Amino acid sequence: MTIRYSAGSRLTKAWKRFLGAAVIGGAAFTPIPALAGPALPTSQVNTTGLAVTDDTVTVGIMHSVTGTMAISETGSVQAEKLAIDQINAMGGVLGRKIKFIQEDGASDWPTFAEKSKKLLEKDKVAAVFGCWTSASRKAVLPVFEKDNGLLYYPTFYEGLEESPNVYYTGQEATQQILAGIDWVVKEKGAKTFYLLGSDYIWPRTSNKIARKHIEKNGLKVVGEEYFPLGHTQFNSVINKIKLKKPDVIYAIIVGGSNVAFYKQLKAAGIDLNKQTLLTISVTEDEIRGIGGENIVGAYAAMKYFQSLDNPNNKAFVKAFKDKWGQDIVIGDVTQAAYLGAWLWKAAVEKAQSFDVDKVRAASTGIELTTAPEGYVRIHKNHHLWSKTRIGRARADGQYDVIYETKDLMEPDPFPKGYQ
Amino acid sequence: MTSHPHVLPGRLAYFTGSRSERGALLAFAVLILVLLPLGLDVFRLNIFGKYLTYAFVAVGLVLCWGLGGILSLGQGVFFGLGGYCMAMFLKLEASDPVSTAIQSTPGIPDFMDWNQLTALPWFWEPFHSLAFTLVAVIVVPTVFAFVLGSALFHRRVGGVYFAIITQAVASILSILIVGQQGLTGGLNGITDLRTLLGWDIRSDAAKYVLYYVNAFLLLAVILGGAYIRNCKLGRILVGIRDQEDRVRFTGYNVAAFKTFIFCVAAAFSAIGGAMFTLQVGFMSPTFVGIVPSIEMVVFCAVGGRLSLVGAAVGTLVVNFAKTTFSESFPELWLFAMGALFIGVVSAFPLGLAGLYERHLAPRLSRWRQGGSAAAVLSSTPGE
Amino acid sequence: MFDGYTASELVSIFVMQGFAGLILFSVFLLMALGLAIIFGQMGVINMAHGEFMILGAYMTYLTSHVFKGAFPGIYGAYFLVAIVVAALAGAALGWLLEWALIRHLYHRPLDTLLATWGVSMILQQIYRSIFGAREVGVELPDWLMGAFHLSDTIELPVNGVFVFALTAAISTIILFMMFRSRWGLQVRAVVQNRPMAGAAGINGTRVDRMTFALGCGVASIAGAAFTMIGSTGPTAGQLYIVDTFLVVVFGGAQSLFGTIASAFSISQSQSSLEFFMSGSMAKVFTLLTVVGILLLRPQGLFVLKMRK
Repeated sequence: MTIRYSAGSRLTKAWKRFLGAAVIGGAAFTPIPALAGPALPTSQVNTTGLAVTDDTVTVGIMHSVTGTMAISETGSVQAEKLAIDQINAMGGVLGRKIKFIQEDGASDWPTFAEKSKKLLEKDKVAAVFGCWTSASRKAVLPVFEKDNGLLYYPTFYEGLEESPNVYYTGQEATQQILAGIDWVVKEKGAKTFYLLGSDYIWPRTSNKIARKHIEKNGLKVVGEEYFPLGHTQFNSVINKIKLKKPDVIYAIIVGGSNVAFYKQLKAAGIDLNKQTLLTISVTEDEIRGIGGENIVGAYAAMKYFQSLDNPNNKAFVKAFKDKWGQDIVIGDVTQAAYLGAWLWKAAVEKAQSFDVDKVRAASTGIELTTAPEGYVRIHKNHHLWSKTRIGRARADGQYDVIYETKDLMEPDPFPKGYQ
Repeated sequence: MTSHPHVLPGRLAYFTGSRSERGALLAFAVLILVLLPLGLDVFRLNIFGKYLTYAFVAVGLVLCWGLGGILSLGQGVFFGLGGYCMAMFLKLEASDPVSTAIQSTPGIPDFMDWNQLTALPWFWEPFHSLAFTLVAVIVVPTVFAFVLGSALFHRRVGGVYFAIITQAVASILSILIVGQQGLTGGLNGITDLRTLLGWDIRSDAAKYVLYYVNAFLLLAVILGGAYIRNCKLGRILVGIRDQEDRVRFTGYNVAAFKTFIFCVAAAFSAIGGAMFTLQVGFMSPTFVGIVPSIEMVVFCAVGGRLSLVGAAVGTLVVNFAKTTFSESFPELWLFAMGALFIGVVSAFPLGLAGLYERHLAPRLSRWRQGGSAAAVLSSTPGE
Repeated sequence: MFDGYTASELVSIFVMQGFAGLILFSVFLLMALGLAIIFGQMGVINMAHGEFMILGAYMTYLTSHVFKGAFPGIYGAYFLVAIVVAALAGAALGWLLEWALIRHLYHRPLDTLLATWGVSMILQQIYRSIFGAREVGVELPDWLMGAFHLSDTIELPVNGVFVFALTAAISTIILFMMFRSRWGLQVRAVVQNRPMAGAAGINGTRVDRMTFALGCGVASIAGAAFTMIGSTGPTAGQLYIVDTFLVVVFGGAQSLFGTIASAFSISQSQSSLEFFMSGSMAKVFTLLTVVGILLLRPQGLFVLKMRK
């Protein structure tokens, strides 16, 4: 298998070769009868009463499919279901097919807490793939810590957290911000920045890190503003931007506000081919709502873009479109959600057990060479080592990847000197 | 207009009202004190405990909306304020210097540390004291309601205007709370609450205890509401609802009565909010927004805006339906909820309680009294 | 904050800022007009107002696709057609809603609020089922993009000017209908005294239905116009609802002129506050001021004086 194990792996070489071929051969897996040898007895792989039988293991998918967040979370649900399908087609995990129970968080944080309790205490799921906003993750965190559950959280977020019960498959803030700012400073000669954000913890924390980094480099922040979620009128701030003439607009605006902001920016005559704009909140998913023609020329700092040119990604994009429709787009978070199930599978197989404590012990150092974004590895702080990439928005709603960091960026959820 | 008996009731009846209400209250008490705890495991019971906290708001709405004719679309504000007061106390307890040692300023809540606060803000200080907190849970929202209510009612703002202004207040407050995240925890709310005076509120035993505390408080609040409704004050409120000017011309200070009942409803909601925080383990600014406030009005409308017990039952029914629907048909529950709203409002304006009074109660009393028509008439509400 | 700028730069900023305020005014007014008709004239609180706006936005989206497929040659004109389509769709749905639901609730205004909230939930889910949970991108014709260059430094966005012109046109038409047409006369008569109007031979039921349909149609037009500046998704309508109600109430519910005045004052104060402080705080200050004034003057800016 292309997931490299540390010494002591019990898989046969032939089995590894076969799985490797299946992964590299593309994601259009034909369903393969479970080839795994005799599965380990359930009593051995499950000593804590999880929902594991001799031929199935149950996991949870917990996102909002109704309410305001459904817009963003739909992609993650699709990615998680695709990953589970593919894993099942390869024979499942430890010879057991994955069954999933899907719960709707309904964009409401108390509901997330309630549903996570249900998944962990009633359904006894072995792992949960879910949550999108920080608020929903904060709401379920005490539940996961008390019940010792396992959550794979896909969204890039503000950091400042390192729970033993969560694996963060998206980037924490510094992984998105530092390399992006270094890049505009180096490539664009940027000296002045205007920071914008929606008014909640992720944009505020991210802008704080950005500001420290900018000021450390001896450069200047000429404005910093926040808008209520759902705000749709940006003409005044656009005038302020015209007045201040910053080299870079650094925008962390989310949701429906995004659409309004870019449309009004374009209407106000700010041409993003001339005015540098760097964002960490607009993925291909968001561009569908914004309209590619309104954001063409903007730069985004992400770890994944749908247009990434590598065999893993091509297979992933094809499989995703075959399952969910040809006109679908895949954003950074969707890819991170896809990684969750694979990282869990790898850890379970390394641990030879579904027990949460054993999976956790096995997780640090797990590598995935089949990730669509390339290669990722789990850091001991439960985040992923991954590269930062800069994409430039095209009119068709895709990004051209124009830069990637040479090395993997180390995740650092509590960055010293940036707090 | 209402189901009140025509003579003033005896002392005990002040609390319990008519016979059919007594029966309903008793049945409800049996339901939440005996049947639910016996029939549900601790997980489901905790969820029902959460629903019951919303019932406090619904009961408050029966008083101010059903009885007083004041529709507030901002009850979530009071629920939220009560909940936040409790959450501040629990958060301070969870943020002792030992467990927050990794922060740059140990001893303050984690979200403050993330926002570069180096000292506890002054208005957090008193929340180190449980006694202060318990008082604040009631007093802060009530004072807020008093300010709002007396300003508006003295200027004779009522009806639809009042509803929309309370909605705007909810909107302002939620923007403020979300915007001041260093002081309030922002959009995430105040999370990760663990213990109450060292007692782990997340354990199963604690959940049972809190459930019962909650249930008894709710019954007490319903009895208190019934008292208000059945004494003279309640009659004046009904008078205000139906003919405000006539009551005013009779010499009553209408604004004072309205303000009072609005404050009572706020205090009830606040108790619910505090119990929510204790049972669910966090408080979120989403409650202060508009949508939950309207949803709570719907709980009340479904149960019956004139019936205290009905409103509480309605809260349970709607929330149970919501959970069940969203578990089995996540994409359909909005349809179901929407249809429920429309159906209740257009077909059964008195809600479940109205159905009970009109169809079930007469049969029950016929069965009891061998078909005496007089009892049927006295307990049938007219409109 | 104005250190180091030349006088001409400052002038152009003030011109553009003034225009930003005007655009905001048009947006607020367009949002509020439909509601002002329904709420002010009929006393019905339509909580599904935002969903009617989004209906208009989805109609625009559909029209643009039809044009792209069937008449690519005149694609640029689709937006004007879309506005008409949106108006018709909104009015038709409004007519239906009035017939099916609202007319049973006229004597209980607070209940219309709850029932229409239910309607809004159902509409949201319908949009989600048909168009998906994600936002759809409505592509604008080229002539609506870009800016007018008044001078080197003064640029006015074309779509802002368009919204402004559209709002002016719609308001004029509505004011004309209200005060110069027979229908308007009937509406005003029914509002002031329903039984007397009925006695004078006015069909109150028909007037109600027409009024409600008109209000919903105007809401959908607003939605179609807002595809230029905002997002189109199943829940986007909720973003507008509080602002809209405040504008109408602040203006004095029964006065269309009041609605115009209140849209103007709220938009101007918000837009200038936004220039001097952060967006979040500007919003809070504006809302606080509006609520504060409403506390002092609960009947709103303008009152329709009449004998009861």
